[in-house]
Amino acid sequence: MKLIVAIIRPEKLDEVQQALAERDVYLMTVTDVRGCGRQRGYTEVYRGQEVQTRLIPKLKIEIAVNEAFVEATVEAIVHAARSSGTGAIGDGKIFVLALEDAVRIRTGESGPAAIGP
Amino acid sequence: MRTVRPVLLLALFGGALLFGTPTALRAEDPPAPPKTATVDDVTTAKNAALQSADIAWILVASALVMLMLPGLALFYGGMVRRKNVLGTMMHTMAALGIVGVQWVVCGYSLSFGESAISVTVGHTDTGEPIKGSLIGYSPELIGLGSSAAVGTDDKAELKAAGKDPEKATDEEKAEAAKSTAHKSRFKTFPNTQLPLYLHAMFQGMFAIITVALISGAFAERVKFGSYCLFILLWTTVVYDPLAHWVWSYNWVKTAPTDPVTSAAGWLGVKGAIDFAGGTVVHIAAGISGLVAILILRKRTGYLKQTFHPNSMVLTLLGAGLLWFGWFGFNGGSALFANAQAVSAFTVTQVAAAMASLAWMGVEWIHRGKPTALGFASGLVAGLVAITPASGYVTPGGAIIIGALSGILCYWAVTLKTILGYDDSLDAFGIHGVGGILGAILTGALVSLPLWLYGSGMPVETFPGKLNDAKTAVDFGAQLQSQFLAVGAAVVYGAVVTGILVALIEYTIGFTVKPAAEAAGLDLSQHNETGFDMGPDVDAGAAVIPKAANMPPAMANGKGKRFTVVIEGVPAKDLHKVWEELCKPKESDPSKEFEAIYPYLTTVKGNLLRFRGGDPAAMKDKVKALFESELKTTVQTHVEQG
Repeated sequence: MKLIVAIIRPEKLDEVQQALAERDVYLMTVTDVRGCGRQRGYTEVYRGQEVQTRLIPKLKIEIAVNEAFVEATVEAIVHAARSSGTGAIGDGKIFVLALEDAVRIRTGESGPAAIGP
Repeated sequence: MRTVRPVLLLALFGGALLFGTPTALRAEDPPAPPKTATVDDVTTAKNAALQSADIAWILVASALVMLMLPGLALFYGGMVRRKNVLGTMMHTMAALGIVGVQWVVCGYSLSFGESAISVTVGHTDTGEPIKGSLIGYSPELIGLGSSAAVGTDDKAELKAAGKDPEKATDEEKAEAAKSTAHKSRFKTFPNTQLPLYLHAMFQGMFAIITVALISGAFAERVKFGSYCLFILLWTTVVYDPLAHWVWSYNWVKTAPTDPVTSAAGWLGVKGAIDFAGGTVVHIAAGISGLVAILILRKRTGYLKQTFHPNSMVLTLLGAGLLWFGWFGFNGGSALFANAQAVSAFTVTQVAAAMASLAWMGVEWIHRGKPTALGFASGLVAGLVAITPASGYVTPGGAIIIGALSGILCYWAVTLKTILGYDDSLDAFGIHGVGGILGAILTGALVSLPLWLYGSGMPVETFPGKLNDAKTAVDFGAQLQSQFLAVGAAVVYGAVVTGILVALIEYTIGFTVKPAAEAAGLDLSQHNETGFDMGPDVDAGAAVIPKAANMPPAMANGKGKRFTVVIEGVPAKDLHKVWEELCKPKESDPSKEFEAIYPYLTTVKGNLLRFRGGDPAAMKDKVKALFESELKTTVQTHVEQG
C-alpha cells in the first residue's frame, strides 16, 4: 500500500480526476493549500504598498492505493497535471509514501481491502 | 428650479375645483356661482406642488445616503484581512443603529436646535456685535416629538387660552397668531419646505456615515464594545457641535422683511461655505481617525509582515455604492428639488470620474500597473473633495478638484509608511486630506452666477463672502473663511477626539488583546466567520466508484506503459541532461524532445517510463536525443510494463 500525495495547480483538478477515474482510482482527499517551490511568488500593490506573495495557492490530493495502482496513479497525475506543451515550473510534485495500514471506519476492514471503493 | 410650470399647475388647480367640492353638487343648494382662482389660490397650489417635489427628492436622497453605509462597509470590509471582514463591516453597520437612535433622541436637537450658547464672532460696520452659536438645544426637538413636527393653529391657540375663536377680538387674534407662529416654528426647516422629520432623517444619515468613516483608521484592532461607546460619545460631543457650527439656521427670521433666516452657527456666520459637509463630515472624521491612531497601538506586525486585503471585489463594489449614494449626499444637500441639486449632482459625477482617473494614472506611471484599489480610492477621494464644493463650482472646477484630490491623496496614503503611523484603511489619507483640499478649493473655485441660478435666490442671501458691490465673490475673504473652518474642525476634532480615545483606552481599553487580534475580530469580537473559506473545489468526473483489482488497460494503446532503458552512460549524466532539456528556454526544444516529452511519465535511474506512444520510435528518439546532447554513443532498448 502506498499513500500518494500530489501537489497540483488548482485548475488541473478536473483533468486529474478524470484521468484517475479512467484508471479506476476514485477515492481521494483534496485540500486547498499554499506553498512555495521553484515557482517564484508575485508582488501585488495596494495603494502604493507592495505586498509580496511567496506562497502560491495549490491543491493537495491524497490518495491511498494498493501496489498494483501506484504506477497507474502516478502516471495519470503526471500527464493530467502537466501544463500543456512542455510543462512549466509550478506544475507541482508527487510524493509516494509507504503506507503501514488502512482501516475503513464503518466496517473495521483493514489492510488492502480497506483502500478500494 | 423655482420657476413654475403654470399650465400644469392651473390644470391641477382646475381639477381640484371640478372634483373637489362635493357640497356644490347637493340638490338643495342653489347652484354656486363659478369660482374664480385668485392669485393666492394659484400661489398656494404652486407652493404645494413644489413642496411635494422637494419632499420626493429629499426622501430619495436620504435613502441614497443610507445606502452609502453598506457601501462603506463593503469598501472597508474588502481591504482588511479575511479574519477581520465581519468586524470591520460591523463598525460601519453599528453606526446605523447607535447614531440612528442617538440622532432622534438628542443629536438633532444639539445640531439644529436653537442656539444654547453663543459668542461674539465679529462686529458689524455700525459696531453691533455679531453672535455665532456654539451649540444648539431645543427641548421640543428632543425625541422629535409631535408638538414640534405638527405645530398648532390660531383656533387651537384661542381655545387653549379660553377664548371663543368666533368672538375673539383682533387683539386676541394677533396674540394667538404670534403664539401659533412660535409653536409652529419647527414645522419646516428654515429656508426650505422640508417637514421637520425629513430634514432630521436626511441629516441623520450624515451623522451616521461620519462616525463610520473614522472606523477605517483603527480597523483590525479595536474592541467592539469600546468602539460602540466611542461612536456614541464622538457623535454627541464632536459631530453635533460641528454640524451646528456650519449648518444650523435660526428657526425664525430676525426681521419679518428678511428674505431668508440667517445662519446661526458661528462658522456659518463667518461665511465659510460647505455645501454638503466637507468640514463637518470628512475633515472631522479624517482628523479624528488620525488622532485616535496616534494614541492607540499599531496592529501587531505592522510594517513587518504583510497584511493581505481579502477582497478587492467587495471594495470595488463598495466604492461603486458610495459613488451612487453620494448623489443623494451632495444633490440632496440643496434641500430643494431645484437646479442647485442638479448642479451638485453633476459636479459629483465629474469629480469622482476625474479623481479615479487621476489616481489610476499616477499609479500607472509610478508603479507600472493601474490597480482596482487605486481606481476605487481615487473615486472616493474625488467624492470627498467635491463634497463642500458641489453646488458652488462648475464642472470645470470639478475637474480641477477631482484631478488634484486624486493626485494628492495618492501621495498622502504613502505618508503612513514614511511616518510610521498605522492608518489601517487610510481614513486620514483620503477623508482628512481630501476633505481639507476640497474645503480650500471650494473657496478658490466658487462660481457666484452658478449659485444664483441654482438656488434662484437674491444675491444678498449668498452664504459666502461677497465684494462690497455684491457683484462677485471676494475670493481673498472667502479663502480666509475656508481656512478658518478647516482650522476649527481640525483643532476641535483633534482635541476632543484625543480626550475621548484616551479616556476609553485607559479605562475599559480600546484595542483588543494581541491574542484576540491574532484570532481575528470576526471570531474574537463576534463569534462568527465572515467567509467560509473551505476548499472551493467541487469539480471532477461524475463517476461511480467501483472496486478493481488492477487498473484497467487504456483503450487504443493510449495507456500502454513501457520503459526505455538507456545503457552506456551514468544515470547522473542522464539526469543532468534531462533536467537541462526540461528548463524553459527562449528557443524551441529539439524535435526529439518534443516527440518524447508528452509520453514520458517518470525518469528513474537510467529508466524512462512511458505511457502511450510507439515503443520502437520512442527508443530511437531517446537514443538520438541523448547522443546529440552527450556527444557519445548510447544504447537503448524497450522493456514492457
